Amino acid sequence: MSNLLIIAFSAFFIQNVLLTQFLGICSFIGVGKKRSSSLGMGLAVIVVILLASVVTWTIYKYVMLPLDIGFMKTIVFILVIAALVQCIEIIIKRFSPALYKALGIYLPLITTNCAVLGVAITNVNRDYSFVEMLVYSLAIGLGYLFVMYIYAIIREKLDRNPVPKAFQGTPIAMIVAAILAIIFARFGGLV
Amino acid sequence: MTMKENFLKGFIKENPLFVFVLGTCPALAITTTLENAIGMGVAVLFVLMLSNLLVSLVTVNPKLRELVMPVRIPVYIVLIATLVVIVEMLMKAFVPALYRTLGVFIPLIVVNCIIFGRAEAYASDHKPLESVIDGAGMALGFAMAIMIISLFREILGAGTITLWSQGANLSLDLHFIFEFLGIEPIDMFLKPVGAFMTFGVIMAVIAAATNAKAEKAEKAAKNAKTGQSGVTK
Repeated sequence: MSNLLIIAFSAFFIQNVLLTQFLGICSFIGVGKKRSSSLGMGLAVIVVILLASVVTWTIYKYVMLPLDIGFMKTIVFILVIAALVQCIEIIIKRFSPALYKALGIYLPLITTNCAVLGVAITNVNRDYSFVEMLVYSLAIGLGYLFVMYIYAIIREKLDRNPVPKAFQGTPIAMIVAAILAIIFARFGGLV
Repeated sequence: MTMKENFLKGFIKENPLFVFVLGTCPALAITTTLENAIGMGVAVLFVLMLSNLLVSLVTVNPKLRELVMPVRIPVYIVLIATLVVIVEMLMKAFVPALYRTLGVFIPLIVVNCIIFGRAEAYASDHKPLESVIDGAGMALGFAMAIMIISLFREILGAGTITLWSQGANLSLDLHFIFEFLGIEPIDMFLKPVGAFMTFGVIMAVIAAATNAKAEKAEKAAKNAKTGQSGVTK
């Protein structure tokens, strides 16, 4: 149990997917401008990371390892993720148009989000058990949503303040991320 | 566009990292030493040149193009992923230490937006040779950008410049500068904070330079106009 807690805590705070591991930075800079869109993207990422991790972990453990084709994991994982995202999109569109309206535009972006593929590869590289993999993926997804939301709040406030001309746009976004990273780096002393 | 212009556009005018802000994940994550940046640059160069070649070969034939176009995204993914696996295996065999430090970011070249972007935006409707040159220019532009970032981070953070440390040790120790100034290297630059900070400041400097240039051009245009109108009067 304590093992699972440590995995969850370090995935959420210490090795935060955005601020320490630098996975999914493109979406962080691009989508993290508004609170509503950051919430939508964050929820979509949580769902896709969880499903993709379960599917890729199962395929790796029960198909690829017995056949001794572990070196193919990059190709297999990216194809599985791309197919999965398409399936999720079709299912959501069919059964919940309201949810599709909220998450729909973020789903295609997620295929090329490094966080999803990165977590899938980390799961099998670290040899996690099924429960550990679930906890790790969920904590990573929640950490993504949490940081993205805080970041969007700061950037919304930033829009109403004068920023030096050279720093407008991406540069000031990076500086804000740097300050957030200082805060998250301090959690490293806790474990 | 001549061949030379096609090759050079990736360095300054259409630099994938500093102008289009693509491929930021590896640019922030692995730029702690110059050696990492060189390794990543070479890996991206290999993948981007060959992926551009393959994509352009697949789409240059009209019959094949008709077949591929509706399903081009999965086709590109398979082509790029295959090349990335080749790079992964080569690096694991010949530079195992570098492979371990770059870690998950080698397989993540698959989802690097630069490679996908060039396949979709350039290679899919240009000839094979042009596509390879474009790929080489773009990849070298990206390599140059991450090398600039890592140079700042390594000198300020660790006080060294590591060109290569596998086998032959080609590194430069700059600690005497810090000793002369009576300070320690600033550890912060090796941490995530330093990555965001360095990238943000470099982007701001580039933006300032572009703004200054645009202002100057505007002023010159204005002067020319008033001068002209003065003459006509």
